[in-house]
Amino acid sequence: MAKEERPWGMWGLLPYGEMLPPVIKRNYGKWKYHEVLRPGVLRHVSEAGEGIYTVRVGMPKFIAPETVRKVCDLADKYCDGYLRFTSRHSLEFLVADKKNVDPLIADIKKVLRFPVGGTGNAMQSIVQCTGWMHCQTPATDAPGIAKALYEEFYDYFFRTDLPAKLKMGVVSCLNMCGSTHACDIGIIGVHRTVPRVIDEEVAKCEIPVLIRACPTYAIKPKPPKSIEIDPERCMYCGICYIVCPGAPLTDPERDGVSIWVGGKTSNTRGGPMLSRLAVPYIPNNPPRWPEVVEKVKLIVDAWIEGARKDERVGEWIERISWERFFEITGLPFTAAHIDDFTFSIPTWRSTTQFRW
Amino acid sequence: MAKSKPKPLKTPNLDALEEGRWPSHVTELKKTGYRPLIELYEQSYKDKETHWVHGGMVTVPRIGAGVIGRISNRPDILEDSHTFRIIAPSGYFYRTEHLRKIAEIWERHASGLMLLHGNTGDINLIGISTKEMTPTYEELLKLGFDFGGSGPDLRTLAACVGPARCEWACIDTLDLHHSFTKHFLGEVRYPRFPYKAKIKFCGCPNDCHGAMVRADLAVVGTWRDALKIDQGAVRDYAKAGLDVNYVCAKCPTGAIKWDGRELSLKPEDCTRCMHCINKMPKALRPGDDRGATFLVGGKCRGRLGAFVSWVVVPFMRLTPPYTELKELIAKIFEWWDERGLPRERVGELIYRHGYGKFLRDVGLPPVPQQVHRPRANPFFFGGETS
Repeated sequence: MAKEERPWGMWGLLPYGEMLPPVIKRNYGKWKYHEVLRPGVLRHVSEAGEGIYTVRVGMPKFIAPETVRKVCDLADKYCDGYLRFTSRHSLEFLVADKKNVDPLIADIKKVLRFPVGGTGNAMQSIVQCTGWMHCQTPATDAPGIAKALYEEFYDYFFRTDLPAKLKMGVVSCLNMCGSTHACDIGIIGVHRTVPRVIDEEVAKCEIPVLIRACPTYAIKPKPPKSIEIDPERCMYCGICYIVCPGAPLTDPERDGVSIWVGGKTSNTRGGPMLSRLAVPYIPNNPPRWPEVVEKVKLIVDAWIEGARKDERVGEWIERISWERFFEITGLPFTAAHIDDFTFSIPTWRSTTQFRW
Repeated sequence: MAKSKPKPLKTPNLDALEEGRWPSHVTELKKTGYRPLIELYEQSYKDKETHWVHGGMVTVPRIGAGVIGRISNRPDILEDSHTFRIIAPSGYFYRTEHLRKIAEIWERHASGLMLLHGNTGDINLIGISTKEMTPTYEELLKLGFDFGGSGPDLRTLAACVGPARCEWACIDTLDLHHSFTKHFLGEVRYPRFPYKAKIKFCGCPNDCHGAMVRADLAVVGTWRDALKIDQGAVRDYAKAGLDVNYVCAKCPTGAIKWDGRELSLKPEDCTRCMHCINKMPKALRPGDDRGATFLVGGKCRGRLGAFVSWVVVPFMRLTPPYTELKELIAKIFEWWDERGLPRERVGELIYRHGYGKFLRDVGLPPVPQQVHRPRANPFFFGGETS
């Protein structure tokens, strides 16, 4: 496979050829078609008529070494020691022999206790960031919210009858480490308090960089070695805190969660869409965030009820109109829903076309 | 890590996250026996706020990136617990022997807690103390797993499953991933940019990896000739109960028609959106004149909010060693590196300077495929009318 092109004296990464199961190596680039046999099981067939079965497994975002070993045991037993993962924290077993599919699934259920599904018109695995578990900027805990959503939508992971696929993403702050804007339902943790300036900490930072990093020019120098933040201009994005530890903005009482809908990254039909604001703020209610789950359920059920076949959440809303979306879901439309940042004008309506 | 358990911890909040049918991340965390993190995580649930603060600059020898420093503001529970970012193999394909070894190394030196995979496309290993970092890094490197992709640098590249297991791959995403990771390894390992940059490769316009929203530089496979139709297979779908007329009705440009026997296509109207191909994978396939669309500027975050990347080169053929695209990307990096403000992504710089200036500076021609529609104002900068 590919040779070292710029010798750095170290590895870079192992050749991918070593990681591919023999059946994939034989049919690399020569796949002809695929079919979804049942939730979580795909069959790809090559030009040569060879088949490979993919068993897709939902798993927690964080896993223990003990679990990794159990996964490896199954891959050794049924897949000649090969496996792959997806970009949505899912696991895929690649099975060459049809006879192994059912015993593998039985073992996944027995040994791993992980669900097999998330293919076709079902809920896909939920993309999450690390949240309170291991990050300095979160306004909420994405893995916790994702777990709560998984419980509510557990059966949706195995469904085949949704109007289209359903992708959800949960991130804990505006850093957006989890593609929320490309998901049908996005949950974003929001801060709502102006950063507290800690003078002695700010003095250790590069103040010109800090000032220039603010997207709304809300930061002014405060001699001799600190800063001042204009609360009117602050939009709680948290960039200053990422640049300098002297401007923390977490606030346990006021931090919370917002819900965004209608994102999609595929070029199918109308092309990619960014998700849009549905609910600006829900207070944090750990450990199971019932209000967030309830609102998401409301939106998803309205979509299932109202969407035509093959309509993703965003396509459904664009067809029925946003005024009707707010009417059907009963979610209040507020001043927060009207964009007042950089690219706002194209989102303001400039026709007399409405749905009443 | 201390594996002894002096007294069982009381974690009522975390216990609530273990209830239910979906496998819980808390159960996995508890399995590692990484007691201080369990305690700290429970504390965050009690206090409704994070207990992690800036970890500062923490690195392993010879590599500027790849470690995310994490220090807690509750040193009585847990002091330092850094994250390693490892370059994942192309297309996330693994052999179990490697995964077992990584898990074993991580368990021996650190918490054992793994994240497969981080949203940037890396293997994320969580929970190592400062003093264990160097020996762990050396062992992982010996195994063939390199570091990088944190801070203001090129993040670990990512690719969809591509030709390894997908009939629609118009480009060899795995080979591109491997080749570009090797080529830009310096940028992955040493932070030197104004902010982060991401490159993702997707084999077809379905963009399963979200390259167009999740990467600054997106390479998305596509084709230029007509899609291929197997009429017999279309009839089989119809016989099996698929409403082929409904598939045609969803075509955004009305390029396909079904008369009950033949599926006809107007290739000049097809925008290669993939809808009909997705619905009838046995009957329809991408054409043979295959290459990629190269897009720039996508991101979910930055100074100005989320962008979907925009077209820079509508079609380019990609054959090894991909010199043309590598040179173009290097030129874009240089352009951005010289002009970018702190925490300004490449797309935002293009917006600030103007798309026309960007094209002139990197030496690319303007083509109609780069815009939805031309401008509606007559305010030209710097002789753009000539």
